[in-house]
Amino acid sequence: MSVAPHLPALQVVVPLVAAPLSVLLHDRRAAFLVVLAASWAAFAIAIALWLQVNDTGIISYHMGSWAPPWGIEYRVDRLSSFVLVLVAGVAAVVLPYSWTSIERELPREQHYLFYTMFALCLAGLLGITITGDAFNIFVFLEISSLSTYVLIALGRDRRALMAAYQYLIMGTIGATFIVIGIGLLYLQTGTLNLVDIGQRLPAISGHRAVLAALAFLTVGLSLKLALFPLHQWLPNAYAYAPSAVSAFLAATATKVAVYALLRFYFSVFGATAVFLQLPMAELMLVLALGGMFVASTVACFQNDLKRLFAYSSVAQIGYIVLGLSFDSVTGLTATIVHLANHAVTKGGVFLLLGAVVASMGGVTLARMQGVGRVMPLTSFGIVLCGLSLIGVPGTAGFVSKWYLVLAAMEKGQWWLVSLIVLSSLLAVVYVWRFVEAAYFKAPRADLVDAREASPALLVPAFLMVGATLYFGIDTSLTVGAASQAASALIGAAR
Amino acid sequence: MPPASLIAITLAVPVIGAVLIAACHRFPDLREAVTLVTSALLFACVAALLPQVLDGARPALHLIEVLPGLALAFRIEPLGMLFALVASGLWTVNSLYSIGYMRGNNESHQTRFYVCFALSIAAAVGIAYAGNVFTLFVFYELLTLITYPLVTHHGTDKARSGGRVYLGLLIGTSMLLLLPALIFTWQIAGTTDFTDGGILDGKLAGAALAALLALYMFGIGKAALMPFHRWLPAAMVAPTPVSALLHAVAVVKAGVFSVVKVLVYVFGIDLLAAAANMDWLLVVAGFTILAASVVALKADNLKRRLAYSTVSQLSYVVLAAALLAPLSIVGAVMHIAAHALGKITLFFAAGAIYTAAHKTEVSQLDGIGRRMPWTMGAFAIGALSMIGLPPAAGFISKWYMLAGAMAISHWMAVAVIIVSTLLNAGYFLPIVYRAFLRAPAAGEHEHPHGEAPLPMVIALTLTAAGTVLLFFLPDVPLALGRQMLGGG
Repeated sequence: MSVAPHLPALQVVVPLVAAPLSVLLHDRRAAFLVVLAASWAAFAIAIALWLQVNDTGIISYHMGSWAPPWGIEYRVDRLSSFVLVLVAGVAAVVLPYSWTSIERELPREQHYLFYTMFALCLAGLLGITITGDAFNIFVFLEISSLSTYVLIALGRDRRALMAAYQYLIMGTIGATFIVIGIGLLYLQTGTLNLVDIGQRLPAISGHRAVLAALAFLTVGLSLKLALFPLHQWLPNAYAYAPSAVSAFLAATATKVAVYALLRFYFSVFGATAVFLQLPMAELMLVLALGGMFVASTVACFQNDLKRLFAYSSVAQIGYIVLGLSFDSVTGLTATIVHLANHAVTKGGVFLLLGAVVASMGGVTLARMQGVGRVMPLTSFGIVLCGLSLIGVPGTAGFVSKWYLVLAAMEKGQWWLVSLIVLSSLLAVVYVWRFVEAAYFKAPRADLVDAREASPALLVPAFLMVGATLYFGIDTSLTVGAASQAASALIGAAR
Repeated sequence: MPPASLIAITLAVPVIGAVLIAACHRFPDLREAVTLVTSALLFACVAALLPQVLDGARPALHLIEVLPGLALAFRIEPLGMLFALVASGLWTVNSLYSIGYMRGNNESHQTRFYVCFALSIAAAVGIAYAGNVFTLFVFYELLTLITYPLVTHHGTDKARSGGRVYLGLLIGTSMLLLLPALIFTWQIAGTTDFTDGGILDGKLAGAALAALLALYMFGIGKAALMPFHRWLPAAMVAPTPVSALLHAVAVVKAGVFSVVKVLVYVFGIDLLAAAANMDWLLVVAGFTILAASVVALKADNLKRRLAYSTVSQLSYVVLAAALLAPLSIVGAVMHIAAHALGKITLFFAAGAIYTAAHKTEVSQLDGIGRRMPWTMGAFAIGALSMIGLPPAAGFISKWYMLAGAMAISHWMAVAVIIVSTLLNAGYFLPIVYRAFLRAPAAGEHEHPHGEAPLPMVIALTLTAAGTVLLFFLPDVPLALGRQMLGGG
């Protein structure tokens, strides 16, 4: 029996099985190796699926050979294969990093649990992305969320517990909204298969319950993707979680929630229901702008760099959502390409901040004074990622901004063009707060002897930084995939 | 060697040079030798392409397609050739000067200084050779970022706040105005290639055309049109070699170069003449010329006076190009070269005075010409060029600008040029007068000094000689200017 036809199932099963295995092994080294193997295997599978989708089009995998819409279908199309590669790729880079990183941040006896939770979280995120079944989405969402709460709570700082609790409450509310939305859809259509729901909805699209389902799903998913003003849980969660967790979450968790939103909006409801019967575009536009400006402004006043970049994430999610509010191929391309670009940029930032934590013991601006002198490589890497957040040409962020501005111009909305470029100037302000602290001040007396962190931390971090630069220069991979996925989504919705 | 690979080598030379400079950071002599060799090599690479360009060839290199249909591409046309020649040629002299200056003043972080310098020149050459607006924009932003560490070299609070203004205005204008202009151009024209005759003909008219023009003109903040000129005086906190090469030549010339290039190759002279109202641009440029001169008149700090003189001189180029008269555009091209040579001489002199006598204010310069005759002699030649008097190169460019303005009977422009000439004389001649004809102030003998270190004196003598030489042999820039208009 060949494994090739079962790759979609293995995509989720491999990390899912690695989790209990690492509990049973109970040894941090063995657990690490198992989860590492699983995440690299997941990355390989994701690439294989991506290639296969490019070759043959949509893959529909029937769990246990039960035909959809009765059985559970795993469905890999251009968008989901793109997100799968992204999530699995980030995991494959972050996991080797975490071995050294958690060494300093977590007590040894908790290490195997960390790897377990990491594997579960990865399985959940991959599951949300690959499944074609609405209830399955909810299940995987809960798997990833519950494991995330634990991962955050592992943080060394006691405030991590509070952050995890906060996220637990908000996340649970979000999950509840999502399950109510899915329930309403099931009630109205009698099916849980996404494609099947999508086909049945047009007949009843004006129905109140369907619109209510849309509203519930929007609120629930917006909570998970930290859309302004439902982002309150995010800054604390990123700031107090172990560094490896911050990096992994910043690069993947909100991105997968955005993916789910796109899936529901364009593949299930279709653009008509979302954008014509309800003022969703306007709503998303306003919230996106709110995120871009409010969160960026708040970021300018943060003194803890993890919090600063967490608020920056909320702002960048604003860009992502803004793209989808245009309801055009260019706008969606901006959204999807920024999923990837922002993932590698923020992943890089948080991995580098982890290296700073390892060497200097913290990431407040006061502590990081003069870091440019004692850790030149690390701080240069942070600057490069910062430039990508600003959207300087030659970095990934520029590509996203290009498509966002282009989408706004296509709609003839010049005021939006100016708001987009204005908000990127706010990024200059908060990035330059770091630059001035790092390069214009002398290091604190007790930290003069701090040195670069070990290569085990720097190599994964600079893989991300390298990707940030690479995707700013050669965009055939990201933009190519994003524009195809965007056309497919819009095409399906019309 | 095929021209395409020569372009690639030209761009690579300063980058490789920067890497080698960084590698030699423990051996200052070797490091400076690498700088000198790199700059000479770069100049040779640039000059090697000159004969072909003068023959009408347009060497091109297509590097990589960044977005579908949007490539990092290079194409050398006459204007870019000239800018690259000026920037790389003066880098050679400036490297010599830097060695004297940085050692004479015991500056710190010299390796970082030389590395950033080499990379700045690489970015300037990228701008010069850019084959489309997109490529120009990429290198334009890189130039801003890579010069930031040079501007803030001293790391003091003053440097930090100067750096804020520098970065804020340059990044601000380019992100807020130039980037939308670029994307808009791409959206309506489907290309951003610099093309003879422009790419917007028939695609844009009326208010939209005027708006796009304004976005470009103010978006190119490096051209220092008022009210976006404040970054230039702010950049004067940098060590003087930086002010000399970057803020008299590479960065500011990148600005006016981009302005001319956009007017000629994106809009097209014919489209602008037929469809656009250029008066507002002439007024803004004319106002900048006069207002900056008035500020310069009142400035006592020598570098500040030079900076405002630069703001004023840059707007000559914008004004001359915006007149759209063939002669004045040739004058604009000529002025890019003429002002570069003259102004770098003036900055070299200012740096030499600072190094030898530790003086920064105009009012302290009484009688200094007796102690530093070479320096102040060169300064006098630079001043002549700024005013536009023979035998200095500035005379030729001003001649062409005036001739162009008169040919189309644009008397406002003529008046602006004449009044500003008087103003230029008003703030440069007193310095020369003080230096040579006034007696040194009492108590001056406490600090005996002669000329600055030899490399600096050699450098400023070379550029002063160049200023005179360009007056007698202006053929190359003039030929390049005519070729640009000839559509060749």
